[in-house]
Amino acid sequence: MTDSAQSAIRELAPARPTWHVVLVRPETMTFLLLIFGLVGASFLSPFFLDASYILRSFTLTAEMSIVALVLTMVVISGEIDLSPAANMALSACIFAWAQEAGTPLPLAVIVGLLAGLAMGALNAFMSIRMQLPSIIVTIGTLIFYRGLAQVIAGDRSIRVPDSFIGINTIMIAGIPLPVVIFVGVAVLLGLVLGTTVVGRQIYQIGTNQAAALHAGINAKRIKVGLFLVLGVVSAAAGMMAASRLGSVRYDLVLGGELQMVLMAMLGGTYIFGGRGTILGTFLAAWLLVIVSTGMTVANLLPAIQLTVLGILLIVAIIATNFIYARTQR
Amino acid sequence: MTFLRSILLRREAGILIMIVIFCAAVGLYKPQFLTGQSLRIVLLLTPLIMIGAMAQMLVLVARHVDLSIGSMLGFSAMVVGLMYREIPDIYWLVGFPVAILTGAILGLGNGLLVTIFKLPSIIVTLGTLSLYRGLTFIISDARQINRSVIPTELKAMSRTSPIFDIPWIILIAFGIAGITYVIARHTQLGRQIYALGSNPEAAPLRGIDVTKVTLIVFTLAGALSGLAGILYASRWGFVNPSNTGAGFEFQVIAAVVIGGVSINGGVGTVMGTVLGVLLLGCVAAALPLLGIPGSTQNAIYGAVILIALLIDRSVRQRGMISVAGAAK
Amino acid sequence: MLKKSMIAATAALALSAGMSAAEDIDIVFVGKNTGNPYFDSLTQGFVDACEVIACNFEFVAPATAEATSQIPFLEAQIQRGVDVIAISPNSPDALNQVFQSARDQGILVLTVNGDITGNEQFRDATILPTDFTKVGADQIEMVGSLIGYEGEIAILSATTEAPDQNFWIEGMNETIANDPKYANMTLVATVYGDDQPEKSTTEMEALLANYPDLKGVIAPTTVGIAAAAQVVQSRGIADQVKVTGLGLPSEMREFIKDGTVEGFQLWSPYNEGWLASHFAVGLKNGTMTNEVGATFEVPNLGTITINDGNSINTQSALTTFNAENIDDFDF
Repeated sequence: MTDSAQSAIRELAPARPTWHVVLVRPETMTFLLLIFGLVGASFLSPFFLDASYILRSFTLTAEMSIVALVLTMVVISGEIDLSPAANMALSACIFAWAQEAGTPLPLAVIVGLLAGLAMGALNAFMSIRMQLPSIIVTIGTLIFYRGLAQVIAGDRSIRVPDSFIGINTIMIAGIPLPVVIFVGVAVLLGLVLGTTVVGRQIYQIGTNQAAALHAGINAKRIKVGLFLVLGVVSAAAGMMAASRLGSVRYDLVLGGELQMVLMAMLGGTYIFGGRGTILGTFLAAWLLVIVSTGMTVANLLPAIQLTVLGILLIVAIIATNFIYARTQR
Repeated sequence: MTFLRSILLRREAGILIMIVIFCAAVGLYKPQFLTGQSLRIVLLLTPLIMIGAMAQMLVLVARHVDLSIGSMLGFSAMVVGLMYREIPDIYWLVGFPVAILTGAILGLGNGLLVTIFKLPSIIVTLGTLSLYRGLTFIISDARQINRSVIPTELKAMSRTSPIFDIPWIILIAFGIAGITYVIARHTQLGRQIYALGSNPEAAPLRGIDVTKVTLIVFTLAGALSGLAGILYASRWGFVNPSNTGAGFEFQVIAAVVIGGVSINGGVGTVMGTVLGVLLLGCVAAALPLLGIPGSTQNAIYGAVILIALLIDRSVRQRGMISVAGAAK
Repeated sequence: MLKKSMIAATAALALSAGMSAAEDIDIVFVGKNTGNPYFDSLTQGFVDACEVIACNFEFVAPATAEATSQIPFLEAQIQRGVDVIAISPNSPDALNQVFQSARDQGILVLTVNGDITGNEQFRDATILPTDFTKVGADQIEMVGSLIGYEGEIAILSATTEAPDQNFWIEGMNETIANDPKYANMTLVATVYGDDQPEKSTTEMEALLANYPDLKGVIAPTTVGIAAAAQVVQSRGIADQVKVTGLGLPSEMREFIKDGTVEGFQLWSPYNEGWLASHFAVGLKNGTMTNEVGATFEVPNLGTITINDGNSINTQSALTTFNAENIDDFDF
């Protein structure tokens, strides 16, 4: 059965009660897990339940969470990108290297952003222009970008100037700036995806690219645009990390791609595209912080976190697939 | 069919020419690269990747991918290491069936998740990459298995030879390549794997049990990773919960993609894969000889994967054009 | 019901934590990464010390050793309100901000086994296993004695930017250049194996291919020396190329026993933990002072002096391991 026929049936079927629509959604699952995580973490350690500590911990992954929001849109459009973590590292290294070589700070930031744009462009060229599967392409670029960062920085850490350090110490109404930025980006992208024409087109492309093309949507241009935005946002996130840490090394957010994909999946984004929300990823980002912080403050073996992350990813996809399969009937 | 074969032959010839040119160029600059000693170094670098590449080739041909083979390698090696530590008197060869079986169980786990829940293998194995690595830490209590625990006979397999002065570990790797060749070319299972990968939708119509073939492929990949795991213990003499097998999946994917195995399934040969592995081995051995820092290795691997993808794509496009022309 | 029992459990936990804090010093040691055999022995030093003096000890470490991986663990320790953070830092500068907030809360920050060179103002003191200024000279003497003070030697190090290793290599270069005893020895190359067995092996093979007359190799890193020894063992050239350096007895025993390696050096990681816990408890109880030139007594180690830069050494010179004494060490 084709997707359009399915959606026609969906529209013909009697409207489901509101409670059903609200409850049987992946975001609801994420929200319940979040509550469960909060309770569980408080149970694990008496030191956990402290708003300022949770916020401080969130700043450690805020950069990745911001990237995950954009990644969510890429996945909804039917593509995927595993290279943003490597992009963060390479952009940050190029930025740090440029300013160390004497480039004025604002110019160095622009150089870093351009580097991120170029990386997004390479991903887009390979995946969209050359029509290679983005999942394999971005495994290739993931190794390549990280490798280039290693070539540029070796294994030394490059210091950034003192004036650039400390984004996480800037407080707005008691909330660290990276968290504020994350919330702002989430609201912005949520509006774009939920209320604009482009947002609707992204869903249509992800649901059925052929139908979207017939409807006159320029799918290629939108996907290229998404890869470019993801590239630039990753670079910005990389430099935010540099500001937080005060120095940059090639191994910045090593393995972060797993966490970013996990945030999108846990938030109910459908791996085959067409479904997912920014709200879901937003909640999932908090869920992950709470789970990992709870385990860290309880001094559990970090390996248990790896295990839990892996299980969460698999369970999240199974649950989302299951929920979507049900609502499609 | 002959047309397809000619492309594949060309691809393999292409890699061979690349190897020859590369070695000649390095040899021009550093004559000591063209000695038997270098061949020994290259061959000693490749057995684990060779075995992993055979596993990944089968998976890719079936139009799947397995990112967890490095973690399966690590887990299997750790199980064997713990066994040697806890039961010091055990006959050392028992490690082989234990490692292979452990790997097979993990691989079967991947296969079950992929087939029962109809999940994309790349995401499943991204999850098990993390999960199996975490379990490796847990079973080992995050401690390394030290050199003194690994049986001397096992370690000696990486040095001693039964024939022609070629160490056991290299013979095993080429033996696995030979077995994979037979499976791929001369068994019904092999034909079914290729048919499944070329056209998953049509496979059931041709009487192929898709679930069964998929499960077998993932289980085989796990078993081979397990074998690579015990050979890791042999080659390096220790098993570390965090390092053993980490990043192995990327080296293997690089080798396989260079070897001409298509990421779109259905296409790939053992010969091409072996050559891809050898090319990577030559590069790895030549870099330090030329004084190029090891930190460039990952960038080179990444670039090579991207270039191989583009070549794969242009070959496919040319193939499609001529197929379309023939159909007219 | 669930909620009630949870509150009770939380209260009980808080109570026990509060009680022990009144008597014992809470020390946590943050290692570079888990699964690193070097730290097993170091941690044991802490554990044993806290059985005889008034402290509670916990060991945590990230799964991997990248620059930032220790930060969440440090944040968690601050939140737990421990008294002392001992750490083997993965980065000389990425941890500054976290150290700062820890010290703002009155937590004593000690770097152990490696320092944050260039950022010393962010920690209270550092505990180093030996006098690092002597390591280079000691290692040159070691390799010189093995090759008869004549011929080409090379260094197989960890990473290009490893601060301690580079400091020792500098010492080796100076010793060879200035000490007439080593006039007939030439250092032909310094290569880096990134502390990975595969890379260390290919670098060692390349050394042998590029310098056929090589007489000795110094690998001042536990992964490098084992890889170098394995290459020599596999090629059967132990009588032509002498491998030495810094290694763990547990990993090198096999090579000592079969004659591949005649001798190598290290210090006692165990004593680092032992000393660090005594020092930390002493400072917290006010029985010791953290001032340059001050001295204090540590059982089994004797009188310890705080050197310039609040740097403390557990032993003055390296221990040499060879066929005669290798079985006396179990780390």
